[in-house]
Amino acid sequence: MSQEHIEHAIRKEYAAGFTTDIESDTLPPGLNSDTIRFISAHKNEPEWLLEWRLEAYRHWLEMAEPEWAHVQYPPVKFDEISYFSSPKAMKDRPQSLDEVDPALIETYNKLGIPLHEQAVLAGVAMDVVFDSVSVTTTFREKLFEAGVIFCSISEAVHDYPELIKKYLGTVVPRKDNFYAALNSAVFSDGSFVYIPKGVRCPMELSTYFRINEANTGQFERTLIVADEGSHVSYLEGCTAPMRDENQLHAAVVELVALDGAEIKYSTVQNWYPGDAEGKGGIYNFVTKRGVAHRDSKISWTQVETGSAITWKYPSCILRGDNSVGEFYSVALTNNAQQADTGTKMIHLGKNTRSTIISKGISAGHSSNAYRGLVRMSPRAEGARNYTQCDSLLIGDRCAAHTFPYIESRNPSAVIEHEATTSKVSDDQLYLCQQRGLNAEKAVSMIVNGFCKEVFRELPMEFAMEAGKLLEVSLEGSVG
Amino acid sequence: MLKIDNLHAKVDDKDILKGLNLTVAAGEVHAIMGPNGSGKSTLGHVLAGRPGYTVTAGSARLLGQDLLELDTEHRAHLGLFLAYQYPVEIPGVSNMEFLKASVDAVREHRGDPALDSMSFMKKAREACKAVDLDLAFLKRGVNEGFSGGEKKRNELMQMMLLEPKLCIMDETDSGLDIDALQVVASGINAMRSPDRSIILVTHYQRLLTFIEPDHVHVLSGGRIVKSGDKSLALELEERGYAWLEDVA
Repeated sequence: MSQEHIEHAIRKEYAAGFTTDIESDTLPPGLNSDTIRFISAHKNEPEWLLEWRLEAYRHWLEMAEPEWAHVQYPPVKFDEISYFSSPKAMKDRPQSLDEVDPALIETYNKLGIPLHEQAVLAGVAMDVVFDSVSVTTTFREKLFEAGVIFCSISEAVHDYPELIKKYLGTVVPRKDNFYAALNSAVFSDGSFVYIPKGVRCPMELSTYFRINEANTGQFERTLIVADEGSHVSYLEGCTAPMRDENQLHAAVVELVALDGAEIKYSTVQNWYPGDAEGKGGIYNFVTKRGVAHRDSKISWTQVETGSAITWKYPSCILRGDNSVGEFYSVALTNNAQQADTGTKMIHLGKNTRSTIISKGISAGHSSNAYRGLVRMSPRAEGARNYTQCDSLLIGDRCAAHTFPYIESRNPSAVIEHEATTSKVSDDQLYLCQQRGLNAEKAVSMIVNGFCKEVFRELPMEFAMEAGKLLEVSLEGSVG
Repeated sequence: MLKIDNLHAKVDDKDILKGLNLTVAAGEVHAIMGPNGSGKSTLGHVLAGRPGYTVTAGSARLLGQDLLELDTEHRAHLGLFLAYQYPVEIPGVSNMEFLKASVDAVREHRGDPALDSMSFMKKAREACKAVDLDLAFLKRGVNEGFSGGEKKRNELMQMMLLEPKLCIMDETDSGLDIDALQVVASGINAMRSPDRSIILVTHYQRLLTFIEPDHVHVLSGGRIVKSGDKSLALELEERGYAWLEDVA
């Protein structure tokens, strides 16, 4: 399709106005300022946000795709992506679970996902999501009583413009990197959380999310603000495999922990990894970062098993004195998957502390890289970091890499780094098998043992599921 | 129970077992002794089905079943247990978790109902007590940071929980001090039963003063060159193996 055609098509949509049924709105491929105007207008956004998006777009045009990551893939054709598509119409979606790919259902069952959630995840058409509606309402009421704001970022733009204006883009600036700029220009939707001063969020923001998260789109944007002395635990994602026709996912997550606040952010990422040869599969290029003010704490926990390519470095800027940053990660790659993931701990304040525990597991002919930066600024008196970075190899065709970057500009700062690489040994397998376990059970047990320190950090129900998830993800990795 | 006929096996293209014959009846305890490199450990691994150990001729039947055509885990399900000379560590996997999984797998195969957590814990505690292992070992990673003696006792503890039909103890006595040796020996003695057979692979007569074997065999050059009762062990202690190698 030529540029002219696209523009024509867009104008046509424009001419039609925005009164059309939401289910039929989809933009043709391509990105220009009109695309952004369309998205912004469709979401009925205020002028300032449109300008904000356009500014990001102008930066993006001047930027180049990052090439330093240890991953290889054909160039992404940004003009062949459709930057706005509404959820599929009810009539085009499967009408019941019987119409869904049995392989997908089997995986859901292995993971122990309840039936009604399976239906939501598989995109079954339902006007009313039975159980979950009442659940959702109860949750909302409970959160409202505590003064917690939890809504989509599109709603927040209308309902809490001051908060959005004050914090959006303050942690991950629009110019931060290529994909963050792209996200800022075209972000579809995402979540907004605000915890008022001194409030401890009365529930894990997870169950709610798990039911409602499907179809948030490929350019997700999340902003979490924890006001002074507040506390929140947020779980993103789902252990069930997420299928999506969009290959490129570029999300941005911003966390703001004000003085004395604590944010715990856990992720289970299981996007479609592609087939055994690496065909298909999601490119997951995510920017996640938090700013920690005085005496506050930000903790990232991630379990990454999906996506063809993962490019992701949840980071902490430890701005305030005595602030704490943590990063606990399990990244598993199988078949042809590639992951380049890690964290950045930027110590600015005095006596700031950070802990990094990274567990990389490679199977098949996959490649798994840890990339981490620990930076001690000149004023980070007494700052400390501890990094432990372990790699586990399964089979002899996979690869594990570690790229630690350490910069210390303060002589009183203490940085410790430990790294190990090990293999699931034949002797370990032999011992397990001699005791009656089959090879797959044995490998999954060994891998789970390897990840224990990270799983401990997950909310309990998810720690169990994460174990099962590894088992499912490793299927077929032993001969 | 076990019938081995003219067994030949090699490891890394090297012939180790060269026509081994051995019959073990139910309820019997057999001791296999012999010089270094005679194939004692290899025999245990060949029977257990260690990858890389290839049988080139002969047969081995356990409870009437052809052992050699089964996978390692199926041999375990059938009731074969090999107590390792050097058990490996599995970091992060707790002993308890490992034991529960393995007991579940074996019971499932036998058609026994799975043990609930309470009864499993009760059995595990009893087994720990029997081998004088602190209960804290159940929570530690499998063999992780265990001393040599603790590893041996841990193996014996697993054997007690799995209730195998055929126990092969690969130099379980080596590296044990005299107190630990007595604990291990009384544990093995407690396992003796009319429907269970035990093969003790050992260098030394010492173990056999605590566990009285029904038969003693000398393995040399990949074959059993002499068999006798417990007095053979004493004779070996006195005379060494050299005189037998001449016989072989």
